[in-house]
Amino acid sequence: MAVAEEKTSPETSAKSWHGILLETLKRNDVRLVPYVPDRILTPLIKNLHADPFFTTFATAREEEAVGIVSGAWMGGMRSAVLMQTSGFATLANVLASLAIPYQIPLIMFVSERGTLGEFNYGQSLVCRTMRPVLDSLAMEHHTITRLDELEFIADRSIKQAVTTQAPVALILSPLLTGGKVFDK
Amino acid sequence: MNNDSPARNTKVMNRFDLTSRLIAKLKNEEAVIGGIGNTNFDLWAAGHRPQNFYMLGSMGLAFPIALGVALAQPDRRVFALEGDGSLLMQLGSLSTIATLAPKNLTMVVMDNGIYQITGAQPTPGATVADLVAIAVASGLTNSSWAADEDDFERLIEKSMSAEGPTLIGVRIDDKPGTGTTRRDPVQIRERFMHGMGVREPL
Repeated sequence: MAVAEEKTSPETSAKSWHGILLETLKRNDVRLVPYVPDRILTPLIKNLHADPFFTTFATAREEEAVGIVSGAWMGGMRSAVLMQTSGFATLANVLASLAIPYQIPLIMFVSERGTLGEFNYGQSLVCRTMRPVLDSLAMEHHTITRLDELEFIADRSIKQAVTTQAPVALILSPLLTGGKVFDK
Repeated sequence: MNNDSPARNTKVMNRFDLTSRLIAKLKNEEAVIGGIGNTNFDLWAAGHRPQNFYMLGSMGLAFPIALGVALAQPDRRVFALEGDGSLLMQLGSLSTIATLAPKNLTMVVMDNGIYQITGAQPTPGATVADLVAIAVASGLTNSSWAADEDDFERLIEKSMSAEGPTLIGVRIDDKPGTGTTRRDPVQIRERFMHGMGVREPL
């Protein structure tokens, strides 16, 4: 907990990608954040846990998290789901049968594995399925590569998801987060 | 009910009858989430209410959706109706629910041991798995089989003042659903949000 609190200090959080994301979620009243963890998402997850504004917890599968946030939205609470590329690959059915047809503003943050230095062949293959799935369902998605564009893209995309009642996937590129490399 | 199932002291009941008994008890605009197929067909047939949500896909997500509603509205009682085959797809959700422990969530598992709607094939758990025991082992300590209809009603009543989430297992027959939900997802979601007091109609 002490470590997590250190990381939420304004000096470090305001300038980091995860600090910007946390503040953007809060400003948009996104309170519920279920996730299936990813190494890159760790500082964001720690800081969400440390902040009483958020209800954040791990789920066993990404599908389950989509179900939870769909229920929460219909009950009047805004939410977002955190996952890794391989987790997104498990979601085609729930996107096509729940989020899109029921017009749920499902907000997804996907930590991108499988590119720009990937060391696991399976990750690089599953990554190639992500954008074709998003495109085949005509879903809004953006790949965020730059820290100076992060707040604009995240803030506008959350607002658009809510007002148009449509899901959005925000892909966090290794160019933004540093990614995961073999020697880590 | 699969004939190879081990002997149990639970009566084989009927999904529509049990769903009707549940709905008859609801006086406080309680939410009811119906899982895919027969589970929500019988919820629809028991009489549409704006607080009912009907799933048209995403098999296995009735309990997670109900958890989301329960977290968003802690003062409202939320019921979830799920089939045994569906629950087998998301057993992990039982642990998530046990960890979050919403006291306003009551889950009902309709267990006939078969995928009735696809041709009555037995589920992989039909003859070997005890879903209530799985729920207890997942951390949902307040889980039990209903012995008969009266016991089901008693467990439903008891859950309404429980200090944590409740799961009720019911053995049901192999009958199909009684009605057919109107398959209009946008209208289902919008009316449910009206029922939850989140929105006003245009």
